[in-house]
Amino acid sequence: MSIVINEPGLIAEPEPIRSRGGILWDTIRRRPSATIGATILSLIIACAVLAPWIAPYGLHEQVGPPFGAPSWQHPLGLDDGGVDMVTLLMWGARISLVVGFAATLVSMLIGGTIGVVAGYFGGKVDGILMRITDYFLVIPDVPLMIVVAAIWGPSLFHIVIVIGILLWTSTARVIRAQVKSVRERVYVKRARALGAGHVRIVMRHVLPQVAPLLIANTVLTIAVAVFDETALAFLGLGDPSRISLGKVIENAFQRAAISAGAWWAIVPPGVLVALLILSCSLLGQALEDALNPRLRVAHVSARGFRLRPLVGRNADAV
Amino acid sequence: MSALLETEDLQVWFDLPRGGTLHAVQGVSLGLERGERLGLVGESGCGKTTTALALMGLLPASATVSGRVLLNGIDILRGAEETMRPHRWVDLSMVFQGAMNAFNPVKTVGSQIVEVLELHHRAAGRAARVRTGELLAAVGIPDDRAGRYPHEFSGGMRQRAAIAMALACNPSVLIADEPTTALDVMVQAQILELLDALCRDFGLALLLVTHDLPIVAQLCDRAAVMYAGELVEHGSVDTLFHAPRHPYTRLLFAATPDLHGDGLPASIPGAPPRLDRQNEGCPFRPRCDRAFARCVDERPLLRTVAPEHGAACHLNDVAAEVAH
Amino acid sequence: MSPERRGCGGRALSSNGADPLLAVDDLVVAYPIARGLAGAVLRRPEQRVLAVDGVSFSVDRGELVALVGESGCGKTTTAQAVLRLVEAMSGRVSFDGRDITELSNRALRPLRRNMQIIYQDPYESLDPRMTVRDAVEEPMLIHGLGGSREARRELVLEAVARVELTPPDLFLERYPHELSGGQRQRVAIAASLVLEPDLLVADEPVSMLDVSVRAGVLNLLDRLRQDGLGILMITHDLSTAARYADRIAVMYLGRIVEVGPASEIVENPQHPYTKALLSVVPRRDPRDRKRPQVLTGEAPDATRIPSGCRFHPRCPVAIEECRAHDPELLRPRNAVSPDHRAACILA
Repeated sequence: MSIVINEPGLIAEPEPIRSRGGILWDTIRRRPSATIGATILSLIIACAVLAPWIAPYGLHEQVGPPFGAPSWQHPLGLDDGGVDMVTLLMWGARISLVVGFAATLVSMLIGGTIGVVAGYFGGKVDGILMRITDYFLVIPDVPLMIVVAAIWGPSLFHIVIVIGILLWTSTARVIRAQVKSVRERVYVKRARALGAGHVRIVMRHVLPQVAPLLIANTVLTIAVAVFDETALAFLGLGDPSRISLGKVIENAFQRAAISAGAWWAIVPPGVLVALLILSCSLLGQALEDALNPRLRVAHVSARGFRLRPLVGRNADAV
Repeated sequence: MSALLETEDLQVWFDLPRGGTLHAVQGVSLGLERGERLGLVGESGCGKTTTALALMGLLPASATVSGRVLLNGIDILRGAEETMRPHRWVDLSMVFQGAMNAFNPVKTVGSQIVEVLELHHRAAGRAARVRTGELLAAVGIPDDRAGRYPHEFSGGMRQRAAIAMALACNPSVLIADEPTTALDVMVQAQILELLDALCRDFGLALLLVTHDLPIVAQLCDRAAVMYAGELVEHGSVDTLFHAPRHPYTRLLFAATPDLHGDGLPASIPGAPPRLDRQNEGCPFRPRCDRAFARCVDERPLLRTVAPEHGAACHLNDVAAEVAH
Repeated sequence: MSPERRGCGGRALSSNGADPLLAVDDLVVAYPIARGLAGAVLRRPEQRVLAVDGVSFSVDRGELVALVGESGCGKTTTAQAVLRLVEAMSGRVSFDGRDITELSNRALRPLRRNMQIIYQDPYESLDPRMTVRDAVEEPMLIHGLGGSREARRELVLEAVARVELTPPDLFLERYPHELSGGQRQRVAIAASLVLEPDLLVADEPVSMLDVSVRAGVLNLLDRLRQDGLGILMITHDLSTAARYADRIAVMYLGRIVEVGPASEIVENPQHPYTKALLSVVPRRDPRDRKRPQVLTGEAPDATRIPSGCRFHPRCPVAIEECRAHDPELLRPRNAVSPDHRAACILA
């Protein structure tokens, strides 16, 4: 239904405005890679969250011999302590995901803030913040963790902080670029001319435009955070009192699972980590593709119009 | 003798991404004589650029075209790409909207013109470079500039280069789509002067597609006014200004400010109809100041109201009836 | 009436002697040119481009002054400097008699209510996530005006009605993408009006709109002017300036080369640049085709300003002296109006 107004014009039929959530959901539905990624990720998260209730056996319950082979009751066999692997994987995924999400939260908060401040204010502030970003970019993660572990002891908290402060740099850069471009939009300039303060402009005009990209970037960061945690745990720098997927693999290694031929103690946790990272990457990439204006590819239409035979009668020709 | 370029009942539909079609051009018939300058005038969305692209056969795959495009009496639209291709750039050439910004930034301007010459087998190597020099000279660009990159050219010079590129194969018809829109008024004057000279010196026929009525009034002999995909009036520019026979033409002139004179221009209330649905009656009716009962359900046809003057408005029939 | 006198350089005094709404005196705005790494290492002096090089004019309440010129002449920069959106290197900007050139951002904030700007691009002027109501309400929220939510809504309705978007309540909940270009521009104007400004700067307000819609928006601005609003309009379209402006100032390469009442400038131009510019403006009536005085080349960029009179390399009537002498804005010999000024030694 369109409304005709006398002066000065018609209102076009109201199209539903695509809300932020709408765009994200739309992308997930439309792109196969996003759908797959979202599905796998949801499954893993579901299993991990519900582990206390749906894990088949107890986490510390010995139900068989060390490195027991896979059987009907234990599809993935037993670890070095005779604990069911499936249970172990579920509980391990919990910790891996907790660290992944927590570290990402830290990284997103730091990176997002720095990105917004640098992009919005520009000039010297931008310069200083970007130099700081560069410094953090070159810090190697493993040596840093070793140092932290040596001084303060390895704990989940420390791992989260270490990973967090190493990952924020890419988020900061992406957000900064986006903020810089939004800042040049005419309606932002208008708000400044109206006398709006910085806080207002950032909260009302800049952040809403930046949020979708931030979300996409966050998902990608989760993938990296999980990988980092797994690697650190595998190297023995993780929290010894918590079992993450990386720890499961490390344990198996330490207890000579390979020479015992117990592939089920090493491969499944590795595969699960890979799946987790893969699903985050698929989802994150698809979202970023859909939301990052710079990545949009313009398609040149090839000539190939169709011809229809003459229809109707001619009006008086000129 | 038939006109150099003619269209008969040209229609273009576009498939819309979410289904349905947009009827962008709804039966356009116009004619262009050798050496003539015709202005195709209208506002955004009226279908003038689509018409121009249809003449060149440059519509995308989502387009469906019907009607005839006659070049020297022969229908070149008949075989779609196959029959249009041989004439493209060779007989019928175009300076696109924003052409001045469409140069390849990493190649010199001269080399891009040479490329066109070689693609159409007009010349190659040294001969092509010589010809390029001639073309650039014809548009007022000094010889030494051929080896420069597009970013070293000003906007006006890039537009001249785009015109030179369009003239590479010596066409008989040049279509210029908004050639001066992004240019300053003095540069615009230079470009219009150039187009005028080219038409005179090379016997070019010019189809000037634009929303800017005054430049049509200045450069063209005749004009055709489009609205909502249709041709609503055509005739000499003098007649269209002094004795228009379609309300849109009259109101469009009235809405254009003039340098001298009294009073303020008046806007036309409302907005053009949507072209993705069937419309009843005259498309201009909601905005017309002289609409009457017949305009509601009956679509006016383009009729000759005087020699070389046609308009699509029921008011002309009324006048004719009254005269009887 | 001020007596005829040569040499007042466009001094900002309105005809009744009181302070004009906006007075600009000798404004200079500079942009630094990047030195590059080599330049920085070699410690070359930082160079500047003077985008605006000594511009003086005034705008009164109820007056529309058009600043016209081609791209690169500095008109947009001037408009931004007037609103302190860009910092001036030297010169004075006075608003209602008060010098605002050096005011801090904080002191400037309450004044921002009184000076508003509307931009060229209606498609980018509004935040796509805000409804018309949000957009028009925002200025009130920024400045803490309007009182209760209900009171603000009333003011929004009033502003929307004032820009002729009727019935206003139908437009309140619309998003920008549901509106045409002309409607969006009117919303931007409404958002400016809601604070009841005294001065409105309009930067090419209609150049991106369809012809049939332009007159509507311009006529609206004219009505607002009649209600007492002072308008500084930046435009490259001389025909628009001729029809709507009370006074026209023609800029070239950072300077005003001619200024005066609109009818005088259009009917009796004295500066060669103005004459040439006017001669090439296309006319509606095909019978009005006169011989245009098309200048060759284009204006040099601001880094290579010619010596003496800036216009002399392209001037059709330049003489030897023009190369050395940089003319001031003086009243031309053949001027009719006492407020007509041109910067040409031959005028």
